[in-house]
Amino acid sequence: MTGTTTTASYLRRHAGYLAFAVIVMTIPAYVSNSYYLSVLAYMATRFMMALGLSLLLGQAGQISLGQAGFVGIGAYGSAILTTRLGLDPWLAMLIGALLAATIAGLVGMPTLRLKGYYLAMATLGVNEIIYILLVQLKSLTNGTDGVTGIPSLSIGGLNLGGPKAYHLIAWGVALLMLRVALNLGNSRVGRSLRALHRSEPAAQSLGVDTSYRKVQVFMLAAVFASIAGSFDAYYVHFISPESYTISFSIILITGVIIGGLGTIWGALWGTLAIVILPEILKRVNSDITNLVFGVLLIAIMVLWQGRNRGLWQTVRSWRSERGVRKVGPPGAGE
Amino acid sequence: MTFAQFLQYIFSGITSGAVYALTAMGFTLVFNATRIINFSQGQLVMLGGMSAVALYGRGLPLWACFVLAVVIVTLITIGFERVAIRPLLKKGVLAQIIATVGASFVFETGAMLVWGRDAVGLTPFSGDKPLGVGGATVVPQTLWVVGLTVVIVVALQFFYRKSLFGKAVRACSVDATAARLQGISYSRVVTFSFALTGAISAAAGVLITPISFMSYHSGSLLGLKGFAAATLGGLGNPVGAVVGGFVLGIIEALGVGVVSAGYKDAIAFVILLLVLFLRPTGLLGAKVVNRQ
Repeated sequence: MTGTTTTASYLRRHAGYLAFAVIVMTIPAYVSNSYYLSVLAYMATRFMMALGLSLLLGQAGQISLGQAGFVGIGAYGSAILTTRLGLDPWLAMLIGALLAATIAGLVGMPTLRLKGYYLAMATLGVNEIIYILLVQLKSLTNGTDGVTGIPSLSIGGLNLGGPKAYHLIAWGVALLMLRVALNLGNSRVGRSLRALHRSEPAAQSLGVDTSYRKVQVFMLAAVFASIAGSFDAYYVHFISPESYTISFSIILITGVIIGGLGTIWGALWGTLAIVILPEILKRVNSDITNLVFGVLLIAIMVLWQGRNRGLWQTVRSWRSERGVRKVGPPGAGE
Repeated sequence: MTFAQFLQYIFSGITSGAVYALTAMGFTLVFNATRIINFSQGQLVMLGGMSAVALYGRGLPLWACFVLAVVIVTLITIGFERVAIRPLLKKGVLAQIIATVGASFVFETGAMLVWGRDAVGLTPFSGDKPLGVGGATVVPQTLWVVGLTVVIVVALQFFYRKSLFGKAVRACSVDATAARLQGISYSRVVTFSFALTGAISAAAGVLITPISFMSYHSGSLLGLKGFAAATLGGLGNPVGAVVGGFVLGIIEALGVGVVSAGYKDAIAFVILLLVLFLRPTGLLGAKVVNRQ
């Protein structure tokens, strides 16, 4: 939208977004299979989580190992506020997101001034604390039994609990988030984020308040995760603490890394990978999923040449470097 | 809280504190050699405990299980260093975090596939008849844990200060390039640091398994607490790691007495966050400047 990108390249990007939006929003018109619709509903929220994480990783060069904790805040915030206090689901979602943003701000402010591993460890700790609270605060969260009877979303009396209506609203919000993420990349904020990712001192010397920007994008990632958690809760109507462990946080990271950090669209490929790969691996042995994810994380990092590559680009460049060799690198066969 | 209860909490704090100290030591050794925070550190402790239990199940004597578990985990860390760490030395913090997080997933799932999901325990090294001290009781295993931790820490200090290779390792942690210019083989130092970390972590795992059960999933908590201990003492400072470990263990044990056992694991992270908020260099001062 700014004059720096040429009109043609902007239109091309815009066309991609529009085409994707049209495809996704028309799916309920020709898919009625409830299994596929539920997989797609599941994908919508994973996509929201991955988008936030992708912004944090790709744009700010920071990593959060605790996104599942923020997802849990959204889910439990919505569940408790609607079932206990009878609040409107949308209002409950908003309160959950505000809580997630506050926690992210409090954790981000001290740690984002420090090296990357401090935020990583601190978020790991936050995830663990949130999990412990979900299990221990039995009077509020019902402990390991979880919360049942969570209502569906509705707009003006129109119930959005059906698979097709839910698909439209969940993907509608996901597309909105995608737009926000894409705009952020092309905006002043996105440029300063990329600048600080390349060289923080250089960005600072040009007047970018680097740690403030990083805290902002971390809070945005937490809000995306929290909203995704709320959507999950309203769709499944039941939540329990096991869904919000550190393992899930790492699976989300795996998705974003497989998708690639160069563009926001990497989040989409990553979401596909973390939804589809476990379905395929389940046929062999469902326990090996995390093993494969771990091997993929190591392999992509070892073969990583720059910050812009996902699994596909890594494999391609690796193959072209090795000439005619046909064998893929470890973990590339999936 | 009576004095006997207080003493009991202190004893239990010192016991887990010793394990946190060894785990924090593992973080410190790797960090000083490579500036990498190894997110699979806790899983190495878990692998030590789990493999000792598996070997004991095969009918080996306890001391042999201890030695073999240490050897196995040391070999695993050397392999891990060759395959995953060596290519990452020149890459950014982000790549190092992600790859070691990936390794934690590999170790954890690998342990689950090999040894199953159940939490397992190990026979105490010398019986389980508690000794009475000032109204409180101490299991003999506690003496093993604390005693061996002290031996390991003192031996390490001796090695790093007195031996030529130990001095070379310290030189690399100050300035790797300058050390290489003096003819020190940096790659040998890195391999050695990882091997030593594996050995210490495995020892910690074998020592603690008779007191608190071990399962494939125990590693992540142990790792987080080890990191909290290392940060509390001052990241990169070996003395700080040991002090941080014991301080963390005692605070945690007293916290259980005051709050509730259910929140025990949260205490370490609250401390970690407080340290990062108030004093990122830790109690004894971090060895390096950690600001970006």
